[in-house]
Amino acid sequence: MAGVRVAWASAAAAPNAMHIMEGYLPPFWAAFWFVVALPFWVVGFRRISRLVAEHRETRLLLGLCGAYAFVLSALRMPSVTGSSSHPTGTGLGGVLFGPSVMSVLGSIVLLFQALLLAHGGLTTLGANSVSMAIAGPLLAWVVWRGLRNRMSQHVVMFLAAAGADLVTYVVTSAELALAYPDPVAGFLGAFLKFAGIFAITQVPLAIVEGILTVILYDALQRNAAADLAALGMETRA
Amino acid sequence: MNSVATRNRILRTAGLLVFAALLVALPIMLRPGHSFTGTDDRAVEVISQMGTGVQPWFHPLWEPGSDAVESLLFGLQAALGLALLVVCFLGLRRRQQG
Repeated sequence: MAGVRVAWASAAAAPNAMHIMEGYLPPFWAAFWFVVALPFWVVGFRRISRLVAEHRETRLLLGLCGAYAFVLSALRMPSVTGSSSHPTGTGLGGVLFGPSVMSVLGSIVLLFQALLLAHGGLTTLGANSVSMAIAGPLLAWVVWRGLRNRMSQHVVMFLAAAGADLVTYVVTSAELALAYPDPVAGFLGAFLKFAGIFAITQVPLAIVEGILTVILYDALQRNAAADLAALGMETRA
Repeated sequence: MNSVATRNRILRTAGLLVFAALLVALPIMLRPGHSFTGTDDRAVEVISQMGTGVQPWFHPLWEPGSDAVESLLFGLQAALGLALLVVCFLGLRRRQQG
């Protein structure tokens, strides 16, 4: 424990962040999550290239989704649990463009933070991408596809965005539990400990993200209906 | 009818924003002066308490030198993102109106 403290004592700003910190995933697990993320990045890059080349009108929505993730992931918010964390902003892009595209946009955000803010890390980029840039948008996409014709689009968008936010930290908890199983209770014990830190703290922040995403989506429905329709998003309440 | 719908939409949006603001402000009001440690710092503590003796095997290539610089850079990230978001949104709106 003293070693851990010394390792961070040199950083006057001990990061108050929510990603897995630099160097805290054993090399095997760090490499493992890069391998998991890689196919999503490849498919995502190809999809973005095709979108930009063949459907230039989608560039503005692409930029908006990336910018939204950029903004929300920079906002540190306190939680009633006594900790602080950040929303992710990846749910909207997951709904509009799918998880492969958001795997790239979200990872760019993570890379920016790793390089310039010591927030997350380069060695943990794969793991953080899997949780924030892949799992979150994937859940949002699934929720949207499953519920969009069954209830109000605003409600579904809220559930998709809040769910994406929350699942990011559930996956982060699982990633840490795999790397650091509890000596007695194993993976499950460690998962419950980490989830108790990450996921429970994240609940009110996920609600906030859901609300903000609904407001933004409502604004897009009124000001970019044709662009949404081009992505197969029928505009209705 | 349109003005009524617009007014209702504005009221609904304002209500949602107020609720979101309360969710953010409530922890601060309930725990004034609390440090609100980041969740990843707490995760490091849990890892340490497990007795793994783990130390980071890689360190950030660059770190902000102080809390002030870190806050400034986070603010810069948010500002850049917000600027891009506004530019994209206005572009979409202009395209719809045009």
